[in-house]
Amino acid sequence: MNIAVLIKQTPDTAELPKISVEEALSGELRATMVLNPWDEFAVEEAIDLSDRFGCQTTAVSMGRADETDALKHALAMGVENALLVDEEVASGGDEWAAADALAAAVTKVGEERDVELVLAGKMSVDGNSGVIYAGVACKLGWDLLVNVTRIVDIADGTLIAEQAFEGGQETVEVPLPVVISVAKEINEPRYPSFMGIRKASRAAIPVLGSADIQVAASSTARWTDLEKPEVEQVQVRIIEGDSVEEKAARLADALMAEKVI
Amino acid sequence: MTILVWIEQNDGQAVSNCWELLAKARALGQELDTEVAALLIGSDVEEASLQAFAYGAGKVLAATDSSLAGFRLQPFVEVAEQAVERTGAVAFLANASIRGGVLAATVACRQNAGIAANATDLWVEDGKLVAARAIYSGNIRARIQFESPLAVASVRPRSFPMPEPTERTGTVETLDATLNEYDIRQKVTDFRAAEAGEISLTDAHIIVSGGRGVAVDPQKGFELVGELAQTLGAALGASRAAVDAGYIPYKHQVGQTGKTVRPDLYIACGISGAIQHLAGMGNSKIIVAVNKDPNAPIFERAKYGIVDDLFTTVPALTAEFSKRLK
Repeated sequence: MNIAVLIKQTPDTAELPKISVEEALSGELRATMVLNPWDEFAVEEAIDLSDRFGCQTTAVSMGRADETDALKHALAMGVENALLVDEEVASGGDEWAAADALAAAVTKVGEERDVELVLAGKMSVDGNSGVIYAGVACKLGWDLLVNVTRIVDIADGTLIAEQAFEGGQETVEVPLPVVISVAKEINEPRYPSFMGIRKASRAAIPVLGSADIQVAASSTARWTDLEKPEVEQVQVRIIEGDSVEEKAARLADALMAEKVI
Repeated sequence: MTILVWIEQNDGQAVSNCWELLAKARALGQELDTEVAALLIGSDVEEASLQAFAYGAGKVLAATDSSLAGFRLQPFVEVAEQAVERTGAVAFLANASIRGGVLAATVACRQNAGIAANATDLWVEDGKLVAARAIYSGNIRARIQFESPLAVASVRPRSFPMPEPTERTGTVETLDATLNEYDIRQKVTDFRAAEAGEISLTDAHIIVSGGRGVAVDPQKGFELVGELAQTLGAALGASRAAVDAGYIPYKHQVGQTGKTVRPDLYIACGISGAIQHLAGMGNSKIIVAVNKDPNAPIFERAKYGIVDDLFTTVPALTAEFSKRLK
């Protein structure tokens, strides 16, 4: 049983507000690019599971042919192998084309390394969909668990996990192979070690292109009319008063008048 | 031609955000001259069916079976696809909860349909459904144009107003549970419900949040913030700094790597207002900031501010509101 972990290279969250419509449309972002924060939990879990169950780990990312920083970060954290899928294979396609490409890449990795578990983060901080891993499960025909907070055990071809949702938490048993999206509660991602960074910087990362995988064209929805939402210019009214009690009473007056209480 | 709306149930209770969506679907259905059907999947859907008619469904499609008692993707997708195909649905809508999100995505992928995930608005243009959603964590808004016969959307809670129930009723059409327990691969072996009485952040009309400002005495600080929340019938939130410091569990976190919320009133106590926090609550209707530092960035987004120590201000607010809300 080996593991593939799906990751994405995304803008640093502190720089997201600076991204313009033109950058979003062209994909030429001027922002500092990092490993998508939600994916750090998936990478950490892959490494942790490889320690617990002695399996191999491969990070898979789709992006431009030179977008390898996120993969190198995963390698530096301790993932053993990395694979880049050139986004040209799903050029102009939708989420399902991307999912198809990633599923094909997982299958490719599986030909060498018998992958039975795919891990992914909750969503990307740029696309904000959280649907790609669902598409990958669908294209692979595998089961899917989402928002997993703990992988309890993997034994005899069955995985036991805890997953959380708004109404509570449950323990689920599912036969392998399975796709899992992990929640933030699952672990504490490690920082790459100095040795890890050095090793990762020298790694040659294989790239899968259209000669290697075939992706069914899919264009079921288009994103149009991109715009920066107008941030409502609010002038703060600082509530003054001689005591906190007086300030509290004045704020209460204002909020009752706003009819929000 | 039908707009299908999945009504999520937790422990036999319908999730109330689904009624916002159902009422919106009714309005869209009138514009599109399309029937609106509520899809109920569970072991007991009787009460939720009655509610669905009251909140706007013209029809209820229901699959009831003991194997459908709790949400499991595989059997729920089977039923949802059966409903889509039987009604010739033009739209499949779900609440953008954890389960609604994954059900919508899987139905869309299997039906080769376009999806607007975490949509914030739906409307009709030239006789077709269109959606809006945020990308780049709320920093860019996009219009989603569907190119497939079926349009799928998971819609953020509180995107539309909560409707008043009516006296409407209707007939329930039965769907088959196509899988028996033996065919369902996932087994749920243990279930722990969320604490009773706890108000969920994504549903809340009011949220009171605490941040690093409680640092001098975190336990006392969150006790005070919690008391104010309780007095206002509000959900309790927190900034990432407070969660990372271990003052409060992660489930309370609002922001980039926490929950996205848009209550009518958001009271930020001792929260500086980092970009990542604003990404999660910037769309709140009214923001109130309580902070000792008059230069805290939160004051640039707040409508009302109190520049003072939260350890004295928050209990004063609790006392004031308990008097007024008696």
